[in-house]
Amino acid sequence: MGNILAFCEFQDAALRISALSNIAFARTAAAAHGGEVIALLVGAGAQAASAGAAKYAGKVIVVEDGALPHYLAETYAPIVARLAKENGATVVTATATALGKDLIPRVAALLDAGMASDIKEMKGTKEFVRPILAGNAYSTVEITTPIVCVTVRQSEFESAAELGAAGAVTTAAAGTVDALGATFEKLDATKSDRPDLGDAKVVVAGGRGMKNGENFKVLEQLADLLGAAMGASRAATDAGMVPADWQVGQTGKIVAPNLYFAVAISGAIQHLAGMKGSKTIVAINKNKDEPIFQVADYGLVMEWEKAVPELISEIKKLKATR
Amino acid sequence: MKILVPIKRVPDPTQKAKLKDGHIDLAGASWIVNTFDEYAVETALRLLENGEGPTRIAGSEIVVVSLAPEDAGKEIRNCLAMGADRAIHVVASDAELDSLAVVKVLAAIIAAEKPDVVVMGKQAVDGDANQVGQMLAGKLGWPQATFAASIETDAAAKSLLVGREVDGGVEFKRVPVPAVVTVDLRIVSAHAVKNGVTPATHAYGGDGARLPSLKGIMASKKKPYEQKKLADYGVGAPVIKETVVTLPPPRAAGQLVADVSTLVKKLADEAKAL
Ligand SMILES: Cc1cc2nc3c(=O)[nH]c(=O)nc-3n(C[C@H](O)[C@H](O)[C@H](O)COP(=O)(O)OP(=O)(O)OC[C@H]3O[C@@H](n4cnc5c(N)ncnc54)[C@H](O)[C@@H]3O)c2cc1C
Repeated sequence: MGNILAFCEFQDAALRISALSNIAFARTAAAAHGGEVIALLVGAGAQAASAGAAKYAGKVIVVEDGALPHYLAETYAPIVARLAKENGATVVTATATALGKDLIPRVAALLDAGMASDIKEMKGTKEFVRPILAGNAYSTVEITTPIVCVTVRQSEFESAAELGAAGAVTTAAAGTVDALGATFEKLDATKSDRPDLGDAKVVVAGGRGMKNGENFKVLEQLADLLGAAMGASRAATDAGMVPADWQVGQTGKIVAPNLYFAVAISGAIQHLAGMKGSKTIVAINKNKDEPIFQVADYGLVMEWEKAVPELISEIKKLKATR
Repeated sequence: MKILVPIKRVPDPTQKAKLKDGHIDLAGASWIVNTFDEYAVETALRLLENGEGPTRIAGSEIVVVSLAPEDAGKEIRNCLAMGADRAIHVVASDAELDSLAVVKVLAAIIAAEKPDVVVMGKQAVDGDANQVGQMLAGKLGWPQATFAASIETDAAAKSLLVGREVDGGVEFKRVPVPAVVTVDLRIVSAHAVKNGVTPATHAYGGDGARLPSLKGIMASKKKPYEQKKLADYGVGAPVIKETVVTLPPPRAAGQLVADVSTLVKKLADEAKAL
């Protein structure tokens, strides 16, 4: 018997889409552990988002406090750890976003809990399957500590559906907040009206062969035509052509959209690790021998300068006929 | 300033994964220093040198620590050859270790060594767990700055301003020392590390960590290299056990299409993706 404490990120008055994968996992875990899903919302705006969260979890705990104006692992981790104990949690979970990856291992340390990162599946009660070696193998790990911590790979868990009845919302105190001297200074935000990379149904990604940031504009036109998110290879992000948080791959974002365009990307294992779970992969590359063609469902050997503008006009034509 | 850099050796990622008895077969594997850890050593060097020289700041020290099998000396010495000053090698096999055990040993070494900063890779590219830095900071009760793409400090080095790669942009977080910093790929770009000593205009070249020079390799042979036993740290049996490893099924073979209109037609009619 044990409850599942699901740390959930939110934005405005709703859970983030990425958090719904966490809830989906938490429901499976709750069934296996004979407990209930408790969604935990911490920080500024948590109260406002709680009604949205209650659509998905039977119980919602809100911690909002003037001493928590911004996320800091130092202040959040003790709160999550304390609430895990107070609420009889046997599993503490979050989606493996940048924030989840920053926070949950620190929580695990505070709880002396074994942790499985970026899981794709649960087996039994404390056995989890997770990709290793850039997704080239799946490791099943069994954890024997009383509480276990996990982060879940968003692309491996379908968003949870709403419950029939709204869950109960309670508040909990932040307790003593000590940032250990750490301060949030600012966020240099990547401005975008496009969907988040992890949530998008279509992703248009460009690589080194795009040559410069200006050239990405044509990919962005394609993306906007398809309601897609933009992605990139490490070579493109390192070169400063596009923001770093567009990086798809083993050490960037892991995505599995319905449709993934890899344009002027060679297909290094580290890149493939981030997108080979996509349903349909299209590769556009001028060199037919590149490894990207080995994972692509449809490969087009052509320079992007010619292929992408044509693609835009063909898709526009198709849309016009519908 | 004294910096401690935990490093891990990993199987060369270009090798194809193969299984033996339900686990990854590492017999005959070739090994490298985890790339992110190499970047961590590079970061430590950039924090503690005048990059124009490059000359090390007087009184600074870089200690590399590794929990690894007996035969990992080559990879550990590689970090000394890059410019780290000494090494602590805790001899341990993978089967004896999990992240909590690694953290326990590192915490004990840190208690004895008292570094100002721990700089480490954000993840090892074999296990891909991305846990140890955060856990270590939690265990020590130190602040953490993960996924660092830039670090700025002044000569007094009482705090670090770290640019962190997060979802939606770059977050700037200031942490006082002592602190744990985990580094991301962009930390090795030309102007990512500013230490108040290297001129701000100085651009580091190359596209990764520095390669050991011949002089560095020679010097590394004489640098202090301490070997310890896992038993010295009272680490119990692992609480995270790998029960089995499987290989994912390969993707079904795709097709080349002749032109853009065929591509669009197939995406619409065959893949139902448009
Ligand atoms: C520790 C570590 C972590 C890493 N993590 C990641 C990661 O998370 N994500 C990631 O992507 N990479 C990662 N990498 C880097 C990875 O190994 C590759 O270097 C990188 O993916 C290459 O990017 P690319 O395909 O854009 O560039 P390249 O390999 O240089 O390929 C460029 C491609 O563009 C094509 N091209 C050139 N001009 C044109 C044209 N006019 N029209 C069409 N095609 C053209 C070329 O044929 C070529 O295939 C990592 C590496 C390390 C060591």
